[in-house]
Amino acid sequence: MDFTIILQAGIASGTVLLFATIGELFSERAGVLNLGVEGMMLIGAMSAFSATIATGNPWLGVLVAMFFAGLISQIHAFIVITLQADQVVSGLSLTFLGAGISLVLGEGLSKAGTVSLLPNFSIPLLSLIPIIGKIFFTNQSILVYVGYLLVPLSWYYINRTRPGLHLRSVGEYPSAADALGINVFRLRYFYVFIGGMLAGLAGATISLAVSPGWFSELTTGGQGWIAIGLVIFAQWDPIRAAVGAYTFGALRRLILDIQGPLVLFGFANPFYYNPYLGFFLQMLPYLFTVFVLVIGSREAMRKRIGAPAALGNPYVRGERGK
Amino acid sequence: MTKQPSSATEIPLIVEMRGIVKRFPGVLANDHVNFELKRGEIHGLLGENGAGKSTLMNVLAGLYRQEAGTILVKGEPKVFSSPRDAIKSGIGMVHQHFMLVPSQTVTENILLGLDEPRFIMRLPDYDSKIAELGERFGLKVDPRAKIWQLSVGEQQRVEILKMLYRGVDVLIMDEPTAVLAPQEIEGLFITLRAMIAQGKSVIFISHKLQEVSAIADRVSVLRKGVATASGVASKGVSRQELARLMVGRDVIFALDKKPGKPGDVVLDVRDIYAENDKGLPALRGLSLNVRAGEIVGVAGVAGNGQSELSQVISGMRECKQGQVLLGGDTVSNRTTLFGIQHGMAYVPEDRTHVGSAPNLSITDNVIMKQYRKPPILKNGLLDMKAATKLATELKQAYDIVVPNVSTPVRLLSGGNLQRVILAREISGLPSFMVAVQPTRGLDVGAIEGVHRLLLTQREAGAAVLLVSEELEELLSLSDRVYVIYEGKIMGEVMVEGREQDEALVDTIGQMMTGTPLDQIQNEGVAAHG
Repeated sequence: MDFTIILQAGIASGTVLLFATIGELFSERAGVLNLGVEGMMLIGAMSAFSATIATGNPWLGVLVAMFFAGLISQIHAFIVITLQADQVVSGLSLTFLGAGISLVLGEGLSKAGTVSLLPNFSIPLLSLIPIIGKIFFTNQSILVYVGYLLVPLSWYYINRTRPGLHLRSVGEYPSAADALGINVFRLRYFYVFIGGMLAGLAGATISLAVSPGWFSELTTGGQGWIAIGLVIFAQWDPIRAAVGAYTFGALRRLILDIQGPLVLFGFANPFYYNPYLGFFLQMLPYLFTVFVLVIGSREAMRKRIGAPAALGNPYVRGERGK
Repeated sequence: MTKQPSSATEIPLIVEMRGIVKRFPGVLANDHVNFELKRGEIHGLLGENGAGKSTLMNVLAGLYRQEAGTILVKGEPKVFSSPRDAIKSGIGMVHQHFMLVPSQTVTENILLGLDEPRFIMRLPDYDSKIAELGERFGLKVDPRAKIWQLSVGEQQRVEILKMLYRGVDVLIMDEPTAVLAPQEIEGLFITLRAMIAQGKSVIFISHKLQEVSAIADRVSVLRKGVATASGVASKGVSRQELARLMVGRDVIFALDKKPGKPGDVVLDVRDIYAENDKGLPALRGLSLNVRAGEIVGVAGVAGNGQSELSQVISGMRECKQGQVLLGGDTVSNRTTLFGIQHGMAYVPEDRTHVGSAPNLSITDNVIMKQYRKPPILKNGLLDMKAATKLATELKQAYDIVVPNVSTPVRLLSGGNLQRVILAREISGLPSFMVAVQPTRGLDVGAIEGVHRLLLTQREAGAAVLLVSEELEELLSLSDRVYVIYEGKIMGEVMVEGREQDEALVDTIGQMMTGTPLDQIQNEGVAAHG
């Protein structure tokens, strides 16, 4: 096995998680938990693939995916921001809604054949760096490079700009923001929309770049849930989110590839001969997600790891100190 | 008996409120209130809790919209639809509950919501600007510090700076001293005087008479939404007179406290350590004890471990090290039930969520500690008849004013709810009671009632630990007072006979800001010897 190739594929696979995680991170920093990531990713993957088949233009596919996933996120926004309903319940429903819509509209898409994909290319000079250049900068999809840019930009935006300051305060202490004339409701809608668009982009990254095609709900295969877990693991920081997303992307690849060869490090490969071991490995990322979500749902633990203080609470005007 | 403003002077009015009416469901919070503020004055706004002081000022600060009446700023009529509008007209308010984002720095909090900077924030530039502004008004605070690292007094300075940075001329302070230690109050007064010296005006909302007389140039008083005095010079009016305007009857300032007869140690807290919700150390080697038949006060600025202390004692928080003994039995790190069975009563800080179940009836709430034994328990079932009988008896004995005991407690006023909780706790005949802020947010009448109940407990031979931020309350009720600072006891003082002693208040104040008692005494000896 050539590990640089696995890692190279891992970075591509991690880009999917990266977009979804950063998107959810923006939404949660504004105080809105959106468990519908998986549903929005399915919408994105389906509509990207569908639009690309129809028009032959994968760029249009990406835009359509971001638009529709963003649009469907606004259902969640309306329910939890305006109607002040429970964010967990609404987010879960969004997952089912997204899955349902994409399965119905995507019926037949899996037999639609191949489409023109987003371009892959290498970065001059950077790709010449030994190992690093091969893993990060050689023959990657353009979306992978977009991902590299998104991480520092997100960090800078959140921590060093005025709109970023507003975003953080809306998630930490909305009444303080409101008292100073910041429109808490509008900002929350906006960042839920951003979260939706990035989840849509994550979906498009799957269906147009990483593993092209539409394979109904297996297209995303629960990566939306991993992204939600990664936000907690990243403690709501984009840099750590990137580390987590790429690590998990690489692990996903490794788990798939390790089951291939007959011989591993000079021994008979146990993962090849015993498929149950393989299934066990495949389960691990989801087990991790369950574990992180359990931690993240404990009030005391959340305070300790620095969750946005108002995460999950609807903002009601006139109620002080919430 | 409305008093007219004192004789007209040539100092211009900066704010004029005329005939302000504000209603809330079921309450007329402001009933045609007039209010005038002159340039360069500190104007005290007095009234009991619920008298409508904060409502009136929230109207002026743009948070509420009045139903009738007009606001004139520098002679021009204004309509405020948000706090932002009010700030634009030069009126800013510092709320009782600070509106600060704990995880962000001082500078970030001050810049929040401003149009400048447009996009990229170079924080260091603004840090120095804010430090300069602080210097000018005697508000020392590190602009780079995160809010959660600051003491309550420092956070208040940030709130004031926030308004000064926005260039307000009128600063409304809502109960600013409630959270401060005596020395910090002195510092706040110096700042406020510096502000009026530089041409700003201050509205000082309070229910504490001495403070208003000490700081304000003029005073207005509200009672039940009506102005009973507006703009009287504070020098020309006595404390008794102001109290009468506030409460509508004469108020007795002294409680009838019999000399104490302390017995054996009931509660023994030995060198305990505990963490707060964030996992940071909150109690660091704290020891104290309470004897039978005495009230022991715990004084301290809010957030120095008082809540954690009461939670460790009542069994609601893990004790990392050390132990709490109640009548010789270890109660720390045991179940709360164990504590209750060993004579523990707990009057928690949070009346509505910890102290009671808001949607349940008075009956359900008062039997919560007694349903395990007869007469409420009968043949393994609850005897609701006996429960109702008990609740009705308690309602009478504790003067709980409601039509009937099946009323959900969320509908009760603060004073009535506290009486329900006290009725439940006291009727279990506890040998020890810990009461945290038992009178917070209650009006004068209700406070008197709670105080009397605590003293009755003391006379009945129970040990009472009273945690409070009101120094006056602690001094009038306690036999001894411990002072807590950053999770440690700074010292212990005897109160008996020294209730009015200024030197005692001064000593406690110094301990509240972190000076241990032995150090204070050494300095005292050095100064005298």
